[in-house]
Amino acid sequence: MALTPEEEERLKRVRKSRNIALGLVLLALVALFYAITIVRVGAQ
Amino acid sequence: MNTASTTNAIPAEWRDFFALTKPRVMSLVVFTGLCGLLAAPGHIHPVIGFTAVLCIALGAGGAGALNQWWEADLDAGMKRTARRPLPQGRMRRTDARDFGVALSVGSVCIMGLAVHWLAAAILAASILYYAVIYTIWLKPRTPQNIVIGGAAGAFPPLIGWVAVTGEITLMPVLLFAIIFVWTPPHFWALALFVQSDYAKVGIPMMPVVAGEGATRRQMLAYSVVLLLISLVPWWVGGAGVIYGLTALILSGLFLALTVPVSLRRNEPDDSMLPEKRLFGYSVFYLFALFAALVADRLILGQG
Repeated sequence: MALTPEEEERLKRVRKSRNIALGLVLLALVALFYAITIVRVGAQ
Repeated sequence: MNTASTTNAIPAEWRDFFALTKPRVMSLVVFTGLCGLLAAPGHIHPVIGFTAVLCIALGAGGAGALNQWWEADLDAGMKRTARRPLPQGRMRRTDARDFGVALSVGSVCIMGLAVHWLAAAILAASILYYAVIYTIWLKPRTPQNIVIGGAAGAFPPLIGWVAVTGEITLMPVLLFAIIFVWTPPHFWALALFVQSDYAKVGIPMMPVVAGEGATRRQMLAYSVVLLLISLVPWWVGGAGVIYGLTALILSGLFLALTVPVSLRRNEPDDSMLPEKRLFGYSVFYLFALFAALVADRLILGQG
C-alpha cells in the first residue's frame, strides 16, 4: 500500500514521537527498578 | 477523521494510548489509592509507596484500556465517548487490547515483586472485576450495572492500605464501602442528564430501565446510607474527630444536594441544574473526604 508524501511525513512524525515516549517510559522503569532494588536490599 | 486504511498504515500516536487509560478517572484512583496508603497505620518507604500508587494507576489504566477495547462500538454511538481513539479509528482494536493486557499484567507483577503479593492479588482481582465481570458480563445485562461497577472504583484505597499493612482489616473495608455507596448517586446524577445516549446504544442504565423516579429515589437511599457509613470509621475509632466532623458536614451536604434531585422530575427543556450540581459536588466530596482522613491520621496519629 503506497503512502502519499503527506502520509509519509505524518508516519515519520508519529513514529518518532512514539519512539521518544517509549524511550522515556523505559528509562523511567530502569530508574524505578533501580530505586526499588536499593530500598529492598538496603532493608534486609 | 481517519479512514480505516490509514489506521493500518500509520501507527497510533502515544497520546491515543494515553487516552485509553482514562486519565481523568485515573486522577481519582491515584488520589484515593494514595490516601488509603497514607491513612494506614505503619510505615512504608516512600519509594515503595510511590511504586504501589504507580501500580494502582497502571492497573486502572490497563482496565480502562480493556474497557474501551470491548466497548468501542458502543462508544462510537455516544456523544460523550465518540471522540475516543478506537471509535475514531485512530488505533487498531487489537493494539488497545494488547496495551490493556500489558499494563494490567505489568502492574500486578511489579506490585507483587516490589510491594506485597496480597496487594498485588487484590489489584489483579480489581482489574479482572472491572474488565470482565463489569464491562463484559454485567454492564450490558443489568440496570444495577453502576452499583456493580462501583465496586471496581472502590478498590484503590483498599489496595493502598494493604500495601502498607499487608492485611485486610475493618478500616480498609470501610473505605471500600464508602466509595461503593458513593458511586450510584454520583453516576446516576450524570446518567440523568446524558440518559438519551445510553438508551441509544442499549446499555440498561437505571434511569432508562427503571425510570427516572425510581432512580432518583434510589439516589436518596444511597445518600442516606453514605452519610451513615462515612461516619463509621469515626465511631469504631479508626479515625479521629477531624475526619468525623468533616465526614458529617460533607455527607450532610451530599444528602442536602440529593434531596432536591430526588424530589423533582425532568421537565421539557430541563437545564438539569440540580443533577449537574450534585455530580460536580460528588467529585469534590470524595477528594475532600479522603483528604480529611489523611489529615486526621497525620495530625492526630490515630489507629
